[in-house]
Amino acid sequence: MANIFPKWSNTVPLKIIFAVLLLGGAITAGVTYYFTPKYSRVGYMPIQPVAYDHSLHVDQLGMDCRYCHTYVDRSEHANIPDAGTCMNCHNQILPDSPKLAPIRASYESDQPVEWVRIHKTPDYVFFNHAVHVNRGVSCVECHGQVNEMKEVFHAKDHSMTMCLECHRNPEKFVRPLDKVYDLDWKAASEEAQLKLGKKLVHEWDINPPESCSGCHR
Amino acid sequence: MRYFITIFLFISIALVSILGFRGSKSRKPPLEIFPDMDRQYKFLPQTANPHFSDGRADRPVVPGSVEFGSYVRDEFYNTGKIRGQFGHGFPSPIYVNREFMDLGQKKYNITCAVCHGQTGDGNGITKSYGMVATPTYHDDRMRKMTNGEIFDTISNGKNNMGAYKSKLSIKERWAVMTYLRALQRAHNPKPDDISSEKRMELGL
Ligand code: HEC
Ligand code: HEC
Ligand code: HEC
Ligand code: HEC
Ligand code: HEC
Ligand code: HEC
Repeated sequence: MANIFPKWSNTVPLKIIFAVLLLGGAITAGVTYYFTPKYSRVGYMPIQPVAYDHSLHVDQLGMDCRYCHTYVDRSEHANIPDAGTCMNCHNQILPDSPKLAPIRASYESDQPVEWVRIHKTPDYVFFNHAVHVNRGVSCVECHGQVNEMKEVFHAKDHSMTMCLECHRNPEKFVRPLDKVYDLDWKAASEEAQLKLGKKLVHEWDINPPESCSGCHR
Repeated sequence: MRYFITIFLFISIALVSILGFRGSKSRKPPLEIFPDMDRQYKFLPQTANPHFSDGRADRPVVPGSVEFGSYVRDEFYNTGKIRGQFGHGFPSPIYVNREFMDLGQKKYNITCAVCHGQTGDGNGITKSYGMVATPTYHDDRMRKMTNGEIFDTISNGKNNMGAYKSKLSIKERWAVMTYLRALQRAHNPKPDDISSEKRMELGL
């Protein structure tokens, strides 16, 4: 009797297994690499109506975040400043700059400048700025080095993992209150940070929520 | 098999070159593939609401309204004026202690120092960029100015200086005013401001 299966069919099962493994591996790798906020959010840098530059105003001029984001330490929302805040200086500094035309228009008409929102947590998550910055969590932990950005971009992923990593080990991140707005500050070493962090966590009785209802209320 | 591997490699490279790497800058908003309840029909701070004619979800503050529970019935405290005249001294709700001075220092360094300088000499960083109108606090006119007038300048601004009442609460404005007085005193001390031992050291 002639062979029902030709000779080449001997290797077919192996080839199929190989192909399935390769495809499966590639899809898994692709999904883990791409289907996460680390890919989808990080780097989002919309074009803003005014080319406002944090590195100039914060690093070069030495302005404090709270001059503009005034309510970050008093409310859940870190406000974007109104045009009047800019006009405090820009009525005298570069008063005719074309780059600032939308600011002047807004100041005169009382209509807000339409800044494009960058960081947006889903609406089912409860987040509050004041509780964090008043407990020694610096802007840099969640927004990256804004003081060095010419244009603000989404520097951290803002996933649930990011929140929980800190909520489980706050001592790795908390710092003295007068350093919260100094984004360049770092403890001398990792041990120094842990030692300081443990002390602050104990003194301020820090106990960030890890249960679901803490953030999904 | 060779075809399979070639096509596989081709598709992988094509996908990676279209999708790019993590962290690369993008002008497009992040995709929300399963938007679940990510964006709900509620109005968050500083967002748009087409229901109102000006399109804003935040409503402007009605002039003269005060935060619930914070109103103090004291004209001097609220406006810096006593029967229409800028007042001397402090209004009764203000009690000056160390904590109050620290509050003033903190708020001064955030809000005022960029222009007026940390020591109040008027040489903040903005002077070198063209804000030459910023005055020093250390001259006779400013030393003689009433507390009420300084409070009013902080609240409502003056000529080239903007108003800061939206950034500082009434209490914080009084605290900044008090700290400003401390800066003036530190710049122009009386001999009694120094303890007697220190005076000996300095040979005064
Ligand atoms: C001179 C005023 C000013 C100062 C000072 C300032 N900012 Fe901003 N900030 C703005 C404006 C205006 C925007 C909106 C435009 C933009 O996104 O670039 C903004 C946007 C941001 C955003 C993005 C908000 C979003 O859309 O999600 C972050 C984060 C931020 N600022 C952090 C900081 C931090 C941290 C500091 C202090 C180191 C700081 N800012 C200091 C004016 C200021
Ligand atoms: C403390 C004073 C101060 C405040 C408040 C301030 N700026 Fe500026 N801004 C400056 C200075 C100083 C420069 C640099 C001027 C120069 O390079 O000569 C500048 C430059 C700029 C420029 C570049 C203009 C050009 O033509 O190159 C833009 C845009 C700008 N600011 C936007 C803003 C916006 C938007 C705000 C409000 C959120 C703001 N600034 C608030 C001081 C200020
Ligand atoms: C613990 C993390 C965390 C810290 C610390 C933090 N932020 Fe945020 N920030 C967020 C999140 C999350 C959002 C998005 C909030 C939302 O969508 O409601 C956000 C949004 C913002 C916005 C946009 C407006 C808003 O409130 O939605 C600004 C501006 C901002 N942050 C500034 C700051 C500044 C300035 C600091 C430091 C003083 C700071 N943030 C510290 C997590 C943080
Ligand atoms: C770098 C550290 C850090 C990160 C990142 C962080 N948190 Fe927190 N969180 C804290 C600390 C510290 C507290 C304060 C706990 C206390 O006061 O006992 C806190 C408290 C909270 C609280 C309790 C507030 C209250 O009113 O009781 C909520 C809710 C919260 N965080 C949500 C979030 C969310 C959502 C994120 C992610 C976007 C986040 N946090 C990221 C450190 C962090
Ligand atoms: C520290 C705050 C925090 C705590 C505690 C927390 N979450 Fe979350 N959760 C978040 C944030 C922030 C997001 C949004 C993540 C994003 O958009 O990438 C989220 C998203 C989710 C989502 C939606 C995921 C998606 O992509 O659709 C689910 C489901 C969820 N959380 C379940 C839980 C459960 C169950 C618990 C308790 C075990 C819990 N969460 C505790 C902050 C928290
Ligand atoms: C953006 C820069 C800027 C900031 C910030 C600023 N000032 Fe001024 N200030 C000025 C300028 C400019 C003048 C001069 C006004 C004029 O007479 O044209 C002035 C004048 C003054 C005067 C004198 C008014 C008079 O009668 O001559 C006082 C007092 C004063 N500022 C206090 C403050 C205090 C307190 C703060 C902080 C809350 C502050 N300023 C923040 C720019 C600033």
